[in-house]
Amino acid sequence: MSFLSQNASTILTLTIEHLWLTASAMFFAAAIAIPAGILLARSPRWARPVIGIANILQTIPSLAMFGFLLPLPWLGDRAARIAIVALTAYALLPILRNTYAGIRGIDPSLVEVARALGLTSRQRLFKIELPLAASFILAGLRTATVTCVGIATIAAAVGAGGLGELIFRGVASVDNRLVLAGAIPAALLALTADALLGLLERLTKVPSA
Amino acid sequence: MTTPPPTPAIHFRNVSFALANGQLLLDRISLSLDEGTTTAILGRSGSGKTTLLRTVNRLLDPTNGEVLLSGVNARDRNLIALRRSIGYVIQEVGLFPHFTLERNVALVLEAESTPLAQRIRRAHELLTAVGLAPDTFAGRFPRQLSGGQRQRAGLARALAADPPILLMDEPFGALDPLTRLEMQQMMRSLLQRFRKTVLLVTHDLDEALYLADRIVLLDSGRILANLTPQEFLRSAQPEVRAYVQAFRRALPADPATAPPTQEAAP
Repeated sequence: MSFLSQNASTILTLTIEHLWLTASAMFFAAAIAIPAGILLARSPRWARPVIGIANILQTIPSLAMFGFLLPLPWLGDRAARIAIVALTAYALLPILRNTYAGIRGIDPSLVEVARALGLTSRQRLFKIELPLAASFILAGLRTATVTCVGIATIAAAVGAGGLGELIFRGVASVDNRLVLAGAIPAALLALTADALLGLLERLTKVPSA
Repeated sequence: MTTPPPTPAIHFRNVSFALANGQLLLDRISLSLDEGTTTAILGRSGSGKTTLLRTVNRLLDPTNGEVLLSGVNARDRNLIALRRSIGYVIQEVGLFPHFTLERNVALVLEAESTPLAQRIRRAHELLTAVGLAPDTFAGRFPRQLSGGQRQRAGLARALAADPPILLMDEPFGALDPLTRLEMQQMMRSLLQRFRKTVLLVTHDLDEALYLADRIVLLDSGRILANLTPQEFLRSAQPEVRAYVQAFRRALPADPATAPPTQEAAP
């Protein structure tokens, strides 16, 4: 108990930092991957190469990714920047893939009717395609968020802060309490994000006939 | 002095359509549809019926020839405006599952930024016209409807912007025979009420005889016959006779004298 009371403010600060890193990365990833997924759905021949690239990004070991970014100008100046860029890269694939698949998966007769009714391309996107693909896109965001909450713990290795700092400190000083003080809040963050986004996903799901 | 013939509502002029691999789906089709008439396109699967229909609202553009709508080349018109002036009804209906019937029906008006109150009034009017009481159905979602009710809603949606042209691609093909009969009867009374130029793709001769002013028989992308229902039944042309016999074989009467309407069916 005394351990907790002594470290409460540190845990809280690091949790907020962790949340901030993840949320920023998710914001950027969504801002890139959702429009990209929409564009790919409109010109599917690019889908394979582009999703392939996102796939390769995903396979880079996270520690190596942070290491690669370290020497880069501007990025390397602040550890948080490195962390956000790396996390964004990891979050791209699930969002991109789900946006693409969600839109491509819409019943073709609906798409045809939307065209035949004289909906403009923008109206088709916002009135038909995005609402029908919303639950897929949210499922991608959910996967990406949970992954990123986990990977963000590694960001402490380059000094970006977050709950990983407690874990790294705990490992270095062979103090399991510190490891758990980092790991448990991180796990709770992941579970909460998973539950909230899962709820949103269910709410936006259009029941089939 | 004779008055010039009226400009046809739809005029296919030497329309051909080939796939990228060179396969010819439509082969120099020339056909005129007079305003306010219903033309049924009859033919086997793969004869090019749907392809022909889709050149009217430019879901496809002919690779050769042109489609004139009231004398104007469809290609020269604004694509969005063109499509909003043509109702489109297909077998799958294509009601949007995330919209209520009211919103589905009035979607074209919504796309044109018509005020909400007006949209709702129009949607209710049309739902009533197709036999779906607005009090019960306006707020329902497509998944809460039967197949026949969905097709009614699809028809209401196609009529929302009061388009002069209606394209129907096997609209009742997926319905059970009794529901189909009800729909055909409703369709006929609707057509008497709202004057539309209708292009109806079907492979149901009975439906063509019941609804159409002219029957066009298509085969391998070519027109084999373009006749009135009466002429169609009496035609000695072998392809037409084959079609008539295929449909009338269960009836004892001579096909040429069988009444051309639905009511004759048991």
